[in-house]
Order: sequence, then structure tokens, then C-alpha cells
Amino acid sequence: MKTIKTGNEAMAEAMRQINPDVVAAYPITPATEIVMIFSQFVADGLVDTEYIAVESEHSAMSACIGASAAGARVMTSTSSQGLALMYEMLYIAAGLRLPIVIAEVNRALSSPINIHGDHSDTMGARDSGWIQLFSENSQEAYDNIIQAVKIAETAKLPVMVTTDGFIISHCTEVIEMVSDDEVKKFVGAYKPARFLLDIKNPYTLGAIDLQDYYFEHKRQEAEAMRNAGKIILDVAADFDKKFGRKYEFFEKYKLDDAEIAVVCMGSASGTTKVVVDELRSKGIKAGLLKLRVFRPFPYNEIIKELSSVNALAVLDRSDTFSAYSGPLFTEITSSLYTSLNSKLLTLNYIYGLGGRDISTEQIKSVFDDLAKISQTKKVENLINYIGVRE
Amino acid sequence: MDKKLGWKELPEGDILEAGTAKNFKTGDWRSSRPVYNPEKCIQCFICWINCPDSSIIVKDGKVVGIDYEHCKGCGICAKECPPKASAITMEAEKK
Repeated sequence: MKTIKTGNEAMAEAMRQINPDVVAAYPITPATEIVMIFSQFVADGLVDTEYIAVESEHSAMSACIGASAAGARVMTSTSSQGLALMYEMLYIAAGLRLPIVIAEVNRALSSPINIHGDHSDTMGARDSGWIQLFSENSQEAYDNIIQAVKIAETAKLPVMVTTDGFIISHCTEVIEMVSDDEVKKFVGAYKPARFLLDIKNPYTLGAIDLQDYYFEHKRQEAEAMRNAGKIILDVAADFDKKFGRKYEFFEKYKLDDAEIAVVCMGSASGTTKVVVDELRSKGIKAGLLKLRVFRPFPYNEIIKELSSVNALAVLDRSDTFSAYSGPLFTEITSSLYTSLNSKLLTLNYIYGLGGRDISTEQIKSVFDDLAKISQTKKVENLINYIGVRE
Repeated sequence: MDKKLGWKELPEGDILEAGTAKNFKTGDWRSSRPVYNPEKCIQCFICWINCPDSSIIVKDGKVVGIDYEHCKGCGICAKECPPKASAITMEAEKK
């Protein structure tokens, strides 16, 4: 069914169709609408979810962890400082292997105070053991949320699905929705192997681990993340078979024979596609690799796709303040280096912090730089900032 | 459980069977030990209520002694034992 939805509406609708057992949330801009709309669904009796209003995001994630451990299918939604307030509990959710799903709307982190979209909040949680799926638009946000439930429950790892704050969360787009029944059938019933409310089989969850077992549990978690890659692809293949929309670790946009290419995530990939089309019409072999899955990071798959590329620009919508580069750049370049494809000329652009727009002209200038580098075989500025006033 | 499990055999997500605290001996943490004197005991059960480690042994409805495998020597039992009875006293733990 074709319908018009904002990113937030799309994610809330997906949550309604999934009908989770428990949602605990503390609404925050720009994700506020997701739980606002969802709580209306609860009030109207469209879902039989237990909605828990809490007093902070730390409590929201804590309640989610408790409910998930008790055996419920659990979801929440947050953004920015809210996600940051959850950080401590994010590690606990992942460490206890609880399949919680967050509809996360990307927003800058303070200070200075800013409510608009960039990836710094999600990037701060990149090592918390959560699977991270990035969405280019409302359609992908909707599709990713539905897939996330299955991925989480199969991988026994929590998943966050992101959209770019305001750019996707508050913009209306035409999306294709699946019927309620089909979603219900796709996600199926949640049957955890062990749950705390199973009084016939009592067990202890989250005991102290210290030197003798902590390391082994973390090793398991690392393995679970490694195995999650295949699960993500399997769920995507199933989704494609049932609903006809194809998802992978990333989308290759005119990348197969590209000589110069851009890697980016989220809404900027739509803008980049326009530029790629324009350059292609002029006979320039430009391409885009739009990353969908940031955790687990698909190292091997990415390297394979970049084998024909001469010069590569990595666009980061957040900075690490490491005095080096953005987070995506370090991941991409380390994959290239260890694959011995260290000859690929690669450079980093940090853009769009605090919701600043990125224009087609700016992305075109990135491709111009790439064309030059491709000829001279020399990268003059490794780390660049686009759209910032000098 | 003498052999420690490797990461492949370990239950996922820090899961333990219920009631494992019973097998986890914590008595070696103790630096002073409570000594129970049954002749002075008035069977008020105040020590049993207050013991944070469930280390007061009760048999057939009577306090009969102290579980030294789990008692950490906190001294709460001795402190709470009614002064008139003073059936529990703390002594330094012998090495």
C-alpha cells in the first residue's frame, strides 16, 4: 500500500504492525513523535503493548532490559542526549544478549546545544555491542525496523535502526507499506529459549563475572556480532522474497565500473546519487557505496566492491576529535590497509554537523577533488571539512 | 564445577542456574568469626533474621549453629543478639 509518511510516522507504523509486548520510552526531539504516535496507538487499542512512561532514557533502557529478560518483545525510541543517557545500559542489553530494538533518530550531541541531525550520537554507541542499521529515507527506516526485530531475535543481539534527524524524521515521503498481517507473519511470535518469568525453570541472569568468566562472555559477544552479518543478509533475503525490496550490507550505486567513488551513510546518499547521475551523463565514471550496516562492519565485502576504484572519498557526518578523522574513514581505511589494497587513494570529508545541509554542489566538489587525485595520484589534504566557514 | 568452561561451551549472556550461591563458598573472606553458645541462646531468631548471608543454621525450629562456609564475619548476629543473652560473640579468625 502506497502512503505518505514522515520518517517518524513510518517507524511508528512499523512498531504498530510489529505490536511489541513492551515499549518503555522517554521522548526526545527529533524522535519524540515516534513514541507520541505510538502511545496514541496504545491508547486507541490498536496494539496490546504495555507502554511504560519513565523519567529518563536511562530508565527507559533499564525497563526495556528488565522486560526483555522477563521474556517480552521490546522496543523503544530515542535520539542524541537520550541515547547518550542510555549508553551505560546499552552495554548491559548487549552483554546479556537481549534482542531489544531502538528506533533511533540521529541528532548532534551537545555542547553547544543543537537539536538537528548528525551521526555523533549513534557513533558514540558504536562499540556498545549493538547492531546498527542506517536508513537513507522513510521507506528504508520502515523496512529496517521490521527486519530489525527478526535480526535481533535470531542474533540474540540488540539492534538500533537510525534515520537522520529532521531530514528524514520530519519530511514526508511516499512509502510502500506492507499489510499488518504480512508484517505479523514476517516477524512471527517471539519465543525466547529462557526468560525470567518462566517460574518452572528459574535462573540467574547477569551475575558477577570477574576475571574467571567475563573474558569468555565478551568473546561470545564478539562471535555473535561476527555471525550477525549472515543473519542480516538472511533476513534481508527473506524480506526481499516476501515484499520485493532488496537490502544488503550496502547499496552499490553505479559502483561496478566506477573510477571515483564516495562512501556515506544515511540521507546524504540520496544527494550523492543525484550527483553521480549527473556525472555519469557527462561520461565520468562516478559511483556511490551507501553503507546500511555499520555494526557489524562488513570489512571484506566493502573491500571487494572497491577493487576498480582509483580514488575514494569517505563522508562522515560526525567527528571523533581524535585529531585524525571521522569514524567511518578509520573503518574503511583499516579494511583497505589490511586487505593490502592500501594503494587506493582515500580521503575523508566531515560534513553536516548539527544538521547543516549538504548540497549537490558540495558533493560535486568532492568528486572534482577525486578526479584530480585520480590523475595526480596524490592526496594533499587527508582530512577535510565541507560546508564549514573558514 | 572445577573445570572452567571455555567461551564455546559457556551459556550465552551470563546465565547461571538458580541457587548457585549455595555452592559458592565465601567463608574464607572472614577475618573474625562469630562463636555460638547454645546454653545462653534464648531462641529469639533475631540473629537469623539479621544475617545477610543466611548463615545461621536452623534445625527442627531451633538455632543450632553457624554456617562457616558462607559466614563473612560481619558481626551483625553478635551485635543484634539481645544483651541479656549474649549467645554470640566475635573472635579473631585463626590463620
